[in-house]
Amino acid sequence: MKRFDYIRPASIDEALAAWNPGAAWLGGGTNLVDLMKTGAVQPDTVIDVTRLPGLDRIEWGADGSLRIGAMVRNADLADDPEVARRLPMVAEALLAGASGQLRNAATVGGNLMQHTRCNYFETPQAACNRRDPGTGCDARDGENANLAVLGWSEACIATNPSDFCVPLAALDAVVEVQGPEGKREIAIADFHSLPGDTPERRTALEPGELILAVRLPAAAADFAGHARYLKVRERTSYAFALVSAAAALRMEGDRIAEARLALGAVAAKPWRVAEAEALLAGQAPDPHLFARAAGAALTGAAPSGDNSWKIDLARRTAARALAMAATGAPARMPALPASPFGEPAGDHVHA
Amino acid sequence: MASSIALTLNGVARQVALDDLRVTLLDLLRERLALPGTKKGCDRGQCGACTVLVDGRRVNACLTLAVTLDGVEVTTIEGLSDGETLHPVQAAFIENDAFQCGYCTPGQIMSAVGLIAEGRAGDDAERIREGMSGNLCRCAAYHGITLAVQDATRRMAGAEAEDAA
Amino acid sequence: MPDTLVQPVRFGSNSGQPVTRRDGIAKVTGAATFAADNQPAGLLHAVYLPATIARGRVTHLDVAAAEAHPGVVQIITPADRPPLDGDPSAKPTPFSFRIDVLQDDTVRYAGQPIALVLGETLEAATEGARLLAPRYAAETARTALDDETPFAFEPAGFGLPAGAEHGDVAGGHAAATQAVDVTYETAAQYHNAMETHAVVAAWEGDHLTLDMPSQALAMSCGAYAYFFGIPAENVTLRSPYLGGGFGSKAFTTGPQVLAILAARMTGRPVKLSLTRQQMFGPVGHRGATRQRLRLGADVAAALTVIDHESIAATSSFDDFVEPAANASQGLYSAQALRAAHRAVRLDVGTPGPMRAPGEASGSAALECAMDELAQEAGIDPLEFRLRNYAETEPGTGKPYSSKALRQCYDQAAERFGWAGRPLAPRQMRDEAGLLVGWGMGTALFPAPMFAAEARATLRPDGSALVETSAADMGQGAWTALAQIAADSLGLPLDRVEFRAGHSDLPDAGVAGGSGHTATAGTALHAAGGDVIRQLGEIAAADEASPLHGAGNAGFVARDGRLCVAGDEERSEAFADILARAGGAALIGNGSGSRAPEDAERWAMNAHGAVFAEVKVDPDLCQMRVTRLVGAFAAGRIINPKLAESQLMGGMIWGTSFALHEEARHDRHTGRIVNADFAGYHIAVNADVQGLEVITVHEDDPHVNALGIKGVGEIGVTGTVGAIANAIWHATGTRVRRFPIRVRDLLEAGSPVG
Repeated sequence: MKRFDYIRPASIDEALAAWNPGAAWLGGGTNLVDLMKTGAVQPDTVIDVTRLPGLDRIEWGADGSLRIGAMVRNADLADDPEVARRLPMVAEALLAGASGQLRNAATVGGNLMQHTRCNYFETPQAACNRRDPGTGCDARDGENANLAVLGWSEACIATNPSDFCVPLAALDAVVEVQGPEGKREIAIADFHSLPGDTPERRTALEPGELILAVRLPAAAADFAGHARYLKVRERTSYAFALVSAAAALRMEGDRIAEARLALGAVAAKPWRVAEAEALLAGQAPDPHLFARAAGAALTGAAPSGDNSWKIDLARRTAARALAMAATGAPARMPALPASPFGEPAGDHVHA
Repeated sequence: MASSIALTLNGVARQVALDDLRVTLLDLLRERLALPGTKKGCDRGQCGACTVLVDGRRVNACLTLAVTLDGVEVTTIEGLSDGETLHPVQAAFIENDAFQCGYCTPGQIMSAVGLIAEGRAGDDAERIREGMSGNLCRCAAYHGITLAVQDATRRMAGAEAEDAA
Repeated sequence: MPDTLVQPVRFGSNSGQPVTRRDGIAKVTGAATFAADNQPAGLLHAVYLPATIARGRVTHLDVAAAEAHPGVVQIITPADRPPLDGDPSAKPTPFSFRIDVLQDDTVRYAGQPIALVLGETLEAATEGARLLAPRYAAETARTALDDETPFAFEPAGFGLPAGAEHGDVAGGHAAATQAVDVTYETAAQYHNAMETHAVVAAWEGDHLTLDMPSQALAMSCGAYAYFFGIPAENVTLRSPYLGGGFGSKAFTTGPQVLAILAARMTGRPVKLSLTRQQMFGPVGHRGATRQRLRLGADVAAALTVIDHESIAATSSFDDFVEPAANASQGLYSAQALRAAHRAVRLDVGTPGPMRAPGEASGSAALECAMDELAQEAGIDPLEFRLRNYAETEPGTGKPYSSKALRQCYDQAAERFGWAGRPLAPRQMRDEAGLLVGWGMGTALFPAPMFAAEARATLRPDGSALVETSAADMGQGAWTALAQIAADSLGLPLDRVEFRAGHSDLPDAGVAGGSGHTATAGTALHAAGGDVIRQLGEIAAADEASPLHGAGNAGFVARDGRLCVAGDEERSEAFADILARAGGAALIGNGSGSRAPEDAERWAMNAHGAVFAEVKVDPDLCQMRVTRLVGAFAAGRIINPKLAESQLMGGMIWGTSFALHEEARHDRHTGRIVNADFAGYHIAVNADVQGLEVITVHEDDPHVNALGIKGVGEIGVTGTVGAIANAIWHATGTRVRRFPIRVRDLLEAGSPVG
């Protein structure tokens, strides 16, 4: 690990003042410290923002909106009873990610900023435009079976590995940031960037900007009864998604008044398609409808390598997540959150 | 740049000089504070062997920079038992043969203590399995680990009920 | 003096008991000391730089940048590596591989050490290694089985397995009315013990002390002595606990030799601990295989032929060819048998034995092929195996020393509830709509013995000290071997001090091949017997002893007393006998090995049957093993608690083999792109449920005096095939590669819903 200076500012103003072009904000460290070890990220200055006052709060507004401080730990957010009740798929996505230990450390802001798990990015000896602009992309002709099928470019085929960001995208979260130029808000849809020719610009954050909070509008809770997160994995737990989906329906009687659908692990950002959601609005829940919507969500999907199977899987995952949402959010968090095996099915087997 | 942190380590307040800011909590314990009970299995947050409690919560010591820990309380496997009396989780691990080589065991035990404190799993086997999945065991003593955590959870709940009575 | 008949108690009150691990408290309190936990004064930390290409040359290392880093003490590169006394390409012991110790600038696999950095701290050494920023002249690496042409080889013992051919193979094919011709692939797997390979090396003059996990202490000392030009007795190796081994810690590795060299060079103790990423390269692995199985059966579903050809990957510079095809030779009765091996040289680290070498990969393919043939024949898979049950060893016709496989089938099938399983696939669902499948496989692992020595000392107070350099890597040697020793001495366990894990002790041989308990146990049994024999001679000759003159009747030792056989009321405490004899301790020695004629006469294997239930999401194709029931017959079980744990561990290895483990190489550089625990999956806790183990007792008078086979590896075999067969039964999709991935079921066109 490269040597660095360590600063623990006492206030947000101090933090912003401490920033320099070689600096990195340190939250829970679960991603940053790991990448500092591989050498993929080499900050000169580490600014520890975990103790900044006011960033560790979960606050419900009078209007029903939610403001989550950037330094709230993933576990604390997932365990908040109101979050679990009003935003069940947010809690489910959080609990589907990483491990109990990592969730105790990882922060909301850090989760938004987490890097791709593309091995070519993590490995400094490999060519990677995202890490070192202009060096090329070894993943493009490498081991890319788990990489992007949507929104990728010749410069980069990385995916965003976050679970948490998928329901955030579905629920129109807003990211509050503050930088040298003051405060501003960034819609979650604009927060993560598709690679294009500048994969190194992974988010809309300007240099020196710090995430203060994530807000969810009051309307997010309208989906509480019919919201699920589903994550397909190669092992039952403690694995990154092959594909994931957050699906939420606002039901009016037996019709879908409004639908939200976002996919994870298929692109450099959580993938949300308005057309797919529009297909669902006003309709009665139905497997064929969900299949059509899932198909629409994958419009434009193309393999970036040995991964056309992911397109098929993403379609199936989206359709299933919608069906699960239609069934309704479970009264209690499933034992295996977001898993196809999450529901206690009993031991009875029948032919 | 040298630095210094104050921490409560296994119940004892200590001022610890850091010779290097890059030192993780794991390497601080193992290489500098003569507490090698906490194990390094991957050094990347991918196996849980280094699990310790920081302010009562289980975390991966390998991804925690020591310099960030000023003022916190750290509990390691060496600080878990009460003198000669094993913690209920330690006792349950022995009784249920919840380990073989023993290398991941300190992390498993600290993780189990953390999980029980979280109250997330109760004595439900499936929830324990999920809650303990951040701790790899290559000997694959998972069956015993799940039973041990179940046992300890019940035992500790029973003890609490007695205390309350 | 007449010959004294002595009957040391073969199976006293200790054997067979589920004694709790004697090292349990040390392991749950963090007091158990593993190699890298040692911290001698003046320690230097060593970190090596691993190659990130698999084939080519290192053309540049920025040594100046690394040296300039504060805390870096020294850099060792091929240009200035001090000489070794031994040749790194030599194989100084019977089980050795060529090692990479910076002998030149060639790179022959990714992960090979290309420089060593010594630092005052781990942080400094780690950063020093990174700053070396190597440049390479790289060539396209060969890492897939198709990247080179397979070659045949002359069998040559370890690493180059002999094949086998029995009966008329062509005739067997011709006689078949049902046949399958299927090819299965297994991926490269890496041992990944939770404790990475580590060493703390310290020199005092020409005496070397090593804290290092070792599955073979004496052999390791011999190898290090060779490389450093000192007598083997100048090497002290301490290995009280191994954080898992699985085969990978029985061998001398390049990184450990480099650390020892660095310690000699600097005159300071050196600690080197591999990173997890570094476990993928110079410390062995299970080589990838491609196995073609052609099985034929007649109208009665009797096998006419098992024809098994395997191609396995080995390195470009050494030989270890996974003996996969041999796994099919001892199991099912068939008119004709053939096992053939070829190899492919790839730019990978040399493979080596990994838990159930040969058997695991071979059994995976064989059990699937058997299932495919059963399906062809329209017969229940268990019934098909029973019809081809071997009453004597197929091919050789040798009798089995014992074989309770039929009971294993019966008991496991009963417990699992196999009866009523629909023959056709995709017939069962659970209440949540998940596809359910049931599959089974037969488990087999040989019951070898190696050579071991042990010493028992009966102390004047009647307690005992027993010593052998056995290795406990989790299998429970500290406990099970002590139980055997206590029985041999007729003492309760708490009167026996057991010392192991240190090279100064009598050589316990290698902890591998599932033969350690049998081998070291037999040595301990003999050593205890030797002590009791001497004690009997003393007592029988001692006029003051109640045992005087009873030598012809013989003695047994029980609970600290020597008793007349058949008249156990007539007895005397050990301590009393010794006290009158002058109060000196009695020392007995014993060795364990198998007589060649026994090995020749009998077929000796542990057997088992494994039944698996899997659930598969019909749309998403995610899989989960929901039940595993295994019944195993492995002779006498010394400690059922520990044996069950080992068998369960093996079965979970089977789960990992079937569903998770696979090293993936970048096709250009050859670098393993998933060389960590996030990318290289092994089963986690949530992957394990519904696990049951049944042990079926066998009285086997032939394997060894104790009747012990072994339980360390057999659990892997049978299980892999059982799971794959269950996945087929759930989905109707036959995946012929391991691990079976979500994409494999998807791409096979698994229909939605």
